[in-house]
Amino acid sequence: MGKTQLSKDPYNMVVTGVGGQGNVMASRVLSNMLIRNGYYVTVGETFGASQRGGSVMSHIRVSAQSVWSPQIPKGRADLIVSLEPVEAIRVLEIYGNQKVKTLTNTRPIYPVGVISGELDYPSIEEIKASVKNLSPTAWFIDATDQAIKLGNPVLGNIIMIGAMSGMGELPLYREDFKEVILDSLPEGNLNVNLKAFDIGASMLRKQDGAVFDVS
Amino acid sequence: MSFLTDNREGIQHLLMGNEAIARGALEAGVNVASGYPGTPSSEIIETLARVSGERNLYVEWSTNEKVALEVAAAASFAKLRSLCAMKQVGMNVASDFLLHLALCGTRGGMVVVTCDDPGALSSSNEGESRHFARMFEIPLLEPGDFQEAKNMAKWAFELSEEIRNVVIVRSVTRVSHASGNVKLGRLSQTQRHAEFKYDDDALETYEGPAESTPVGHKHTLQQEKIKKVAEIFEESPFNTYHGPEKPELLIITSSVCNLYTKEAINLLGVEERVGLLKLGTTWPLPPKLLKRYLSTTDKIMIVEEVLPFLEENIKILAAEQAKEIGAKTFYGKNDGSIPSVGELNPDLVVLALSKILSTGYMAMPSEYKKRFQDSSFVVVPDRGRTFCPGCPHRASFWSIHNALQMDNRKGFVCGDIGCYAMGRLSCGFNTTKTLHAMGSGTGLASGFGKLAKFGMDQPVLAVCGDSTFFHAVMPALVNAVHHNSNITLVVLDNSGTAMTGFQPHPGLTVNAMGEEAPAIDIAKVCEAMGAVVEIRDPFDLEGTRNTLNRLIEKEEGVKVFILRQGCALSPEKRHAKEYDMRIDEALCLGEDCGCNRLCTRIFQCPGLIWDREKNRAMIDEVLCVGCGVCSSICPAEAIKKEEVA
Ligand code: SF4
Ligand code: SF4
Repeated sequence: MGKTQLSKDPYNMVVTGVGGQGNVMASRVLSNMLIRNGYYVTVGETFGASQRGGSVMSHIRVSAQSVWSPQIPKGRADLIVSLEPVEAIRVLEIYGNQKVKTLTNTRPIYPVGVISGELDYPSIEEIKASVKNLSPTAWFIDATDQAIKLGNPVLGNIIMIGAMSGMGELPLYREDFKEVILDSLPEGNLNVNLKAFDIGASMLRKQDGAVFDVS
Repeated sequence: MSFLTDNREGIQHLLMGNEAIARGALEAGVNVASGYPGTPSSEIIETLARVSGERNLYVEWSTNEKVALEVAAAASFAKLRSLCAMKQVGMNVASDFLLHLALCGTRGGMVVVTCDDPGALSSSNEGESRHFARMFEIPLLEPGDFQEAKNMAKWAFELSEEIRNVVIVRSVTRVSHASGNVKLGRLSQTQRHAEFKYDDDALETYEGPAESTPVGHKHTLQQEKIKKVAEIFEESPFNTYHGPEKPELLIITSSVCNLYTKEAINLLGVEERVGLLKLGTTWPLPPKLLKRYLSTTDKIMIVEEVLPFLEENIKILAAEQAKEIGAKTFYGKNDGSIPSVGELNPDLVVLALSKILSTGYMAMPSEYKKRFQDSSFVVVPDRGRTFCPGCPHRASFWSIHNALQMDNRKGFVCGDIGCYAMGRLSCGFNTTKTLHAMGSGTGLASGFGKLAKFGMDQPVLAVCGDSTFFHAVMPALVNAVHHNSNITLVVLDNSGTAMTGFQPHPGLTVNAMGEEAPAIDIAKVCEAMGAVVEIRDPFDLEGTRNTLNRLIEKEEGVKVFILRQGCALSPEKRHAKEYDMRIDEALCLGEDCGCNRLCTRIFQCPGLIWDREKNRAMIDEVLCVGCGVCSSICPAEAIKKEEVA
């Protein structure tokens, strides 16, 4: 398999979602896959208080040169991966630019203000339109729903990681994924994780063109 | 292979700053490690605890930071190497002992790691711990990236042994919780034997009694040590310079601001104009090194977070050397170039830098920004913080809130530190009205509870978690009982230090190393102090409220109400649903219910959502953990729970 070169150095990726969704786990798996290919990887996370139901972000920077700041400069994201739909927009407004690519999970998690009726949550169509407006290459997948079919919604994150690998943007390979999961999870979980990874990868591989919607 | 046992020199791992510090300690051959959990420091002790067996360490989560420091110092007095880790607030707790320890000196290498939280990302303050180094005259190191976090942690032990005093390593959230490549060194193979020698003369600091007295003598010795440190720091490889020989502007920085500044220089493309002096040894500052760099230019900018610590100390050095190096213009916090509040990031450094150098910079082209104003562009709803689905605190605050409403005497709750600090937010029904340091809720309540004499007739309550109870509530409770203060303390006992990731505490039957440990029973402790004690499960909403009302109505003395229910994220509860939940749509009356949508508008568990189209409540199957509590909230009994078989 030919190795993917970085299209930019450092390559800046934001993984965003809601506290409790497993953002940190997803970014750890991704970063460990990347470091296996000899890159410098710098990861910045939000932990602790902000994780309780709030918006969370991991900044991942991949470089052949050195480590970088654990916070990506504003307007400088190359890829935004969002585990929750409106969070994609929240991040685009700060880190977006004309070239940024996005991968969005379409399953909403309603903020308390929405549950209580004080705030409105936009429809998924409205969200998609806004994301496409800000990101010329926008993928949408129903990762959580696919994961529920696999028996555990948490696997949605793995489907997202698989999808990123399917994108071909970054050196994210199935072999490395396998090794990283073996390192960090008890053996029993490997198969279902690989299955989730493959589902994600095939969802993206099927698509070409600029805007992709497999949700 | 785990980075903790990998002994291949030069191999790279992706390590979190805290893991890098732990690895550095292992390479230095640390024997004893202690601490109290607090974001962003907790992973240091957790990581060391994981290999306590393999590496023959003693690791503990101490009752509080002061005790932790004493435990680590004992190891040093017995000529072992020890590390003590805490967050910035812990330094305040530990500082009384630290002052005395610094005067007394240490024997085996001893390192205190403090992790500050600029911007208070997970804190109730923006405390700055670097001043302790200056105040107590001990060396201070600040890692500027992940590799340095490891290397510095290791070297700190050597420095400590060389000068026979404790060394502070100060990290910040964006180092401790960020990750990057770290090249490993070798793990230490040295075995040490513990013995506390005390037979020598008291003036002999190494083999005599360990004391901070006689003060004059010890203070003189201490100051000789810190002078020696300044000499050592002159040659330190942790102080680096990148840039032209005669820069237009010299930036002096430390810690993660090193990475922000490097990025800012890169973004502006001003590598030829700006010099970057990154200091790793920040107290005492090496005067000769600074003189050398200050001489290269007239314009100096200092980039740092929280207080202008470097800025002030550098200015003192510059004033002392003014004759030789000439007058300087300083940019930093004092002139407003760098914000004085909150954490920094590359953009804030760019902003300061572009002003001084008169260069333009645009983070985001205006054409792109305009798209946010498009009429079709959606408004993103704010995402307030909230308790997890199934969190016992939501149920507890629900009952406390309702009990106070029923009591109707404007009673209030003094809050404390932990997840339940969110009791002041809408997810806790805005129940708590004070929030300060660990244990302060009970101390404040103890004071409020004595104000009847001046006409105060409001019921006074305090809350605290189980870990906080041991950390700092006990002395306040003794005070309240002894002074017959009229208060009710609600202990939110969720069996762990949930906020920081379930570290064990003295109330549990296991210690940091996973060994069995005698548990201390909070109820018995309170009874022994002389308080009236009641225990309930907060998921029993009605029983909890009734008991609480009864306790509040009691006129005299200290009442302790223990609400016992495990944290929703605890390892025992994760993936174990107790109930399958569903909404009986025929019974749910929607907006017409008359309850003002108690279930969703008020109770606000993220697992229970509102289907606008159907005008009915709805369970979110992904988020609901099946605690069953919401079923007792719905007056129409439309929320059904069924025990999971
Ligand atoms: S971590 Fe535990 S205690 Fe903290 S909010 Fe979640 S359920 Fe509650
Ligand atoms: S049972 Fe009700 S209160 Fe408990 S987690 Fe589910 S929705 Fe929330």
